[in-house]
Amino acid sequence: MKAKIIITPKKAVVDPQGKTVQSALAHLGYQGVTAVHVGKYLEIDLAPGTNAAAARRALEEACHKFLSNPIIEDYRLDIE
Amino acid sequence: MRFAVLQFPASNCDQDAVHAVRVLGHEADYVWHKETSLGAADAVIVPGGFSYGDYLRTGAIARFSPVMGALREFAARGGLVLGICNGFQILCEAGLLPGALVRNRSLQFRCEHVFLKTATHDSPFTRRIPPGKVLRIPIAHGEGCYFADEATLATLRANSQILWQYCSANGELTDAANPNGSLLNIAGICNAGRNVAGLMPHPERACEPILGSDDGRFIFESMLQTLTDRARAKAA
Repeated sequence: MKAKIIITPKKAVVDPQGKTVQSALAHLGYQGVTAVHVGKYLEIDLAPGTNAAAARRALEEACHKFLSNPIIEDYRLDIE
Repeated sequence: MRFAVLQFPASNCDQDAVHAVRVLGHEADYVWHKETSLGAADAVIVPGGFSYGDYLRTGAIARFSPVMGALREFAARGGLVLGICNGFQILCEAGLLPGALVRNRSLQFRCEHVFLKTATHDSPFTRRIPPGKVLRIPIAHGEGCYFADEATLATLRANSQILWQYCSANGELTDAANPNGSLLNIAGICNAGRNVAGLMPHPERACEPILGSDDGRFIFESMLQTLTDRARAKAA
């Protein structure tokens, strides 16, 4: 079982990396890109037999207090 | 007076902080991050560096170090805590200061002297800074862009918690003088209790004329004045 977490900068936070990548895409001729947001991806391996609901609760807490900073970031947690 | 200077793995301004305190004629001890006590410290400096390699986010891992429990208690009792650069980032991550520090808007690591306007003299960290004095102090960071939501910024303003702002040589708050894109040109703030402060510039690197500026002394002298006043009040 794996947990997959995607962390992205909040819309209100200036994302200079995203803006630079967007500009580079335009320079390379990729049309129609209206915004780029650069975030982080975490893949967490969970022990076999882990209870998915319990793992989700624990990881939601970890996302909130450690893996993301709610002041500047949003996260999405998927368990597969 | 006795300062505790915290050391995390990859702190790298700890020795500069200890040196600055000693240059000012006071005592400083290193306190390793695994300690659970700050000893007999009168004040604490959380120094700059790249604690835990800046992994995940700056300061995100350091905030869970054992010494942070002792720091939290020290701060809750009104003890003076100054976070410098990575120390500021750690205090924000720990929730001891509001807001967060994100990547410089230019994406550049900026290493240069900047000018600072003191936004209020009503704090233990700014009271000895001469009125109208523009401080010249170095910065060295890649993630010093101060961010907080509108409500937090309004609170900071209403309570005069903004201590220093990036400015031009003649004290004007301009975009050109802002090295990292910080909201409101914020270089340093304090908590609501006014006993915990953080700033991205490095006052400990500006305490001797041979370093090109000794303006940083005003910040430490402000803290020392506060500590002296408190000791006198306690003895009286």
